[in-house]
Amino acid sequence: MTTTPNDAVLLDVKGLTKHFPVRKGAFRRVKAAVKAVDGIDLFIREGETLGLVGESGCGKTTAGRSILRLVEPTKGTIVFRSRRIGGEKASEARDVDVVTASRSELKALRRDMQIIFQDPYSSLNPRMTVGAIVGEPLLVHRMARGEERRKRVEDVLAAVGLKPEHMKRYPHEFSGGQRQRIGIARALVLDPQLVVCDEPVSALDVSIQAQVLNLLEDLQREFGLTYLFIAHNLSVVKHISNRVAVMYLGKIVELASTERLFVEPKHPYTEALVSAVPVPEPDYSVDRIILEGDVPSPIAPPSGCPFHPRCRYAIDVCSSEVPVYRDLGHEHFVACHRADELSLQPIRDLATSSKADASA
Amino acid sequence: MAGFSTTLHRSGLDGMPETRSAMAVRALLEIRNLEVQFGTEDGIVRAVDGVTYTIEKEKTLGIVGESGCGKTVTALAIMGLVQSPPGKIANGEILYHRNGKTTDLAKLPPKGRAMRAIRGNEIAMIFQEPMTSLNPVFTIGFQIMEAIMLHQRLKKKEARTKAIEMLREVGIPLPEERVDEYPHQLSGGMRQRAMIAMALSCNPQLLIADEPTTALDVTIQAQVLELMNALRKEFKAAIQFITHDLGVIAGMADDVAVMYLGRIVEAAPVREIFHAPQHPYTQGLMHSIPSLTRSRERLVPIEGVVPDPSDAPPGCGFEPRCPKRMEICKTEMPPLKDVAPGHSAACWLYGGTT
Repeated sequence: MTTTPNDAVLLDVKGLTKHFPVRKGAFRRVKAAVKAVDGIDLFIREGETLGLVGESGCGKTTAGRSILRLVEPTKGTIVFRSRRIGGEKASEARDVDVVTASRSELKALRRDMQIIFQDPYSSLNPRMTVGAIVGEPLLVHRMARGEERRKRVEDVLAAVGLKPEHMKRYPHEFSGGQRQRIGIARALVLDPQLVVCDEPVSALDVSIQAQVLNLLEDLQREFGLTYLFIAHNLSVVKHISNRVAVMYLGKIVELASTERLFVEPKHPYTEALVSAVPVPEPDYSVDRIILEGDVPSPIAPPSGCPFHPRCRYAIDVCSSEVPVYRDLGHEHFVACHRADELSLQPIRDLATSSKADASA
Repeated sequence: MAGFSTTLHRSGLDGMPETRSAMAVRALLEIRNLEVQFGTEDGIVRAVDGVTYTIEKEKTLGIVGESGCGKTVTALAIMGLVQSPPGKIANGEILYHRNGKTTDLAKLPPKGRAMRAIRGNEIAMIFQEPMTSLNPVFTIGFQIMEAIMLHQRLKKKEARTKAIEMLREVGIPLPEERVDEYPHQLSGGMRQRAMIAMALSCNPQLLIADEPTTALDVTIQAQVLELMNALRKEFKAAIQFITHDLGVIAGMADDVAVMYLGRIVEAAPVREIFHAPQHPYTQGLMHSIPSLTRSRERLVPIEGVVPDPSDAPPGCGFEPRCPKRMEICKTEMPPLKDVAPGHSAACWLYGGTT
């Protein structure tokens, strides 16, 4: 396998919705719902990295966890094309809906779908050794015991850049970057196909962040992994993703190849988000679009397009009708009434250099 | 390193280095060879280990570095807020110039009258986390008024008017109503605006902003940075802007100092730092960050991790991770030395003697 994604779709998500009930009063009646994820459609091809960006509270983490069914989705389908149900490599791929999968099916699926968490301090049990943490999934899934298990843990630790002697140590003896490597080893020990990376580098210092990003790229190439990469840092997402989805208030507002999204953004929120990123070049000038106000509450999102109260291009229809999420061609999906007529600001340097890049 | 003074201002007209007297006129705060130590179970940690820099009037000095490099402790030392014990200012001077007089803040008793008259009044600070640095049981209006009444001797009613005016100044909508709200009623961005209002309410000469936008989302960060840029012109305060984000520094600072393991390893005007970084650590940082504006290329990380400050290497602190290390780096600490006018680096690559 290579990092070039092939055309086979590994994960196909349709209409994924997760509403958290808000209970109030003496009888704890459901009074409202936090629409954390409000009907998203996306697919991920085998071997590719799909970036999922958005600001805090946009629902990106809930989306990632719903896909693994770590939180129960309210609605929607999540079709995972599995090549090896129950540990056996099947000759033909089989579609399984994660949402309706039975307990035992789900357990088998979890071998193929793993997660790397954001905070390497709270996601590792401080009372377990690294060997026990990384080896536990092998026990749970009855995949290896004793010497075989030890060997497998050693191999995966080596793959993430840790040494065999680290197996006997405890998480507190490691730095943040090394802990994140332990979390990655735990996710990879079962040889999964899809890994949901939930802000895997945002708790790390920049010099360590680069080490972990490179590691994730190397592992993807080596093991043919498919990533759903959730992050708020646009530069990181642009760096690692083949395609990028932008979320706002529980909805995907735009999804396109990384190149298209940054060179030809079609949604005003994407444009504003990209222009707001501080660029480490003193002479870089950009028409910084300063969005007014804060993100509205997902309990009572605005009518029509959720972005319209902050959008500088909003017209009457935006406040009354929900824009349809549609393909503008070349798999450039957008949910905006004015996507066809607006000409939005790209990243300047990238727009000029993209031609050379495309030919390379 | 001792006695070595580095000025961060751009060189004067005709490319001539400015004389000390000319610099003294423009300097607001001069930090010389500052050392802050903390006593811990593992021995003495030199959190700030001989730092020298100057902040000029109305200029913004950016201080960049990763966690644990001593950038926040330096700021706390200026404010007289290093908790003692376990911390203490072990050495050095913090010379604060105003009205032709010079005060060494390092020598003032932290709880004394002189320090209290300066702290929050002439030198104010904005902290990273507005939720933990605002008191949750008092209204934001009360907290702003507290500073105004203490330092400016205004009556309660006048202070309230001033607090509302400050909230309006920082772009909080409906300030007459917001003034009576508690911190938890405000969003993160609004809380940080309230912090800025509080810090600026006494017209400080120097504003220390410690990671003021790190806890904020990128679109809210853009709002707050724009606000700070507008206010610094209006209030004519010098700013010491502490951050780990090179992007933020590029947009905010006039001059930049890069810290590593309690020391300044490089200092230069902002364009020089980004276009001609000299220290291997600064160069390493630049290569570590994914670029938003350029097409993607593989990152070149800095190998290894920051050493434990209680067990710092005897020579250059960056030596164990440095791709260009030499024999001398293991044993001798490189001094901060001019490599170009107004641009200094602490690295043996550029020669020099101890």
